[in-house]
Amino acid sequence: MSSVHVSTTINGDPTDYVCDADETLLDVLRNRLGLTGAKEGCSTGDCGACSVTIDGRLTCSCLVLGAEVDGAKIGTIEGMANGEKLHPLQKKFIEHAALQCGICTPGFLIAAKSLLDHNPKPTETEVRFALAGNLCRCTGYDKIVRAVMDTAAELRRA
Amino acid sequence: MRYERPTTLQAASQLLAKEKGSAYVLAGGTDLLVRLRTGLIEPDLIVDIKRIASTRTVAKTATGFKIGAAVTGAELGENAALKKAWPGVVEAANLIGSKQVQGRATMTGNLCNASPAADSVPALVAAGAKVVIAGPKGKRTILVEQVPVSPGKTSLKKGEIIEAILLPKRPPRSGDAYLRFIPRTEMDIAVVGVGVSLTLDAKGLVKDARVSLGAVAPTVLLVPEAAKAIIGTKLDAKAMDALAAAASAACRPIDDKRGTKDYRIKVAGVLAKRAAKIALDRAGGKV
Repeated sequence: MSSVHVSTTINGDPTDYVCDADETLLDVLRNRLGLTGAKEGCSTGDCGACSVTIDGRLTCSCLVLGAEVDGAKIGTIEGMANGEKLHPLQKKFIEHAALQCGICTPGFLIAAKSLLDHNPKPTETEVRFALAGNLCRCTGYDKIVRAVMDTAAELRRA
Repeated sequence: MRYERPTTLQAASQLLAKEKGSAYVLAGGTDLLVRLRTGLIEPDLIVDIKRIASTRTVAKTATGFKIGAAVTGAELGENAALKKAWPGVVEAANLIGSKQVQGRATMTGNLCNASPAADSVPALVAAGAKVVIAGPKGKRTILVEQVPVSPGKTSLKKGEIIEAILLPKRPPRSGDAYLRFIPRTEMDIAVVGVGVSLTLDAKGLVKDARVSLGAVAPTVLLVPEAAKAIIGTKLDAKAMDALAAAASAACRPIDDKRGTKDYRIKVAGVLAKRAAKIALDRAGGKV
């Protein structure tokens, strides 16, 4: 297995690593860089628990090779809060009890932020479609959708 | 396994041609990575084509559009000019997977994966799209329907890469549409997919048409009999029934967990009518 040297920016921090050619970005984040917020659910791009952004584009880090992101800007859940100050989406997820076991939550937050960055006033249908790539087996989704809608409303007032 | 990211088509083609073991092209990776991680394939070489500039752009050309092989579904959805000219192609590409998958997946990958149920492929075939193939002996252009030869297999030879998909220029009064049937509302594989593209004459009669079916045969089907059934008509009820009958007659499906043969044959006709109606509306025609 040949290894690859990669220079990238993760949550604004320049980051270098060496990974195996067949290693996924998810494995690099979790096992080499200690960024364990992105979770491995299915490894086939169906569950969205490993969601990150690459150059601002929402994607499943399990479907990306670590070697591919040289020169790219990666956004993970670890970069969402500003120090101790939670992102409005994180606060609303707590307020609405939009999580139970929490495994899917980082992925939902990343996907929801990506939606609100592109569409500050989504309809409920748009929220449901935008989050169709994230699976939650606990909440039944309604609380998550309400938390996202409420965040969008609050951000519009701010 | 080695990972390479050449910056020219020639270099990419050479890497693939010279590799003695198994070599795969990587663009969006939404199919390749799954096969890699589940052990279905054990590549010796992966050639990432995303650093090749011509694979990353959608260009409006004198003859239509040139869509680079690594352009993602999300990028297609954001291209207003392409959506206006070929709404059916863009909606087919945007049906594939979630937002996360759309951020990476490409139409060329959908085509080269050679699944009979690929969503963007019937829309491309109906559109009369071609592909530009770069290889050790230079470039060649073939029709989209000539790429898949059987489930999982393409007609590409060793060292060949699809550089881009070519969509023709739209004459006035043209419209296209793609519909698929899935038992869920989202995130599923087509039980049947239908692409229709048509052009009307000044009187509102169908002048040209192409009808394509997915998931009802080992490869995507172009169905000239279905097009013939509506050419010269205003897509009245009789023409619609003839279209449905021709589409159903062309099906050679299998029974599987997503649908039976009989069901697929029936649904192909129903969807062909519905897709033709949308294409007609987009072309500005009225029944």
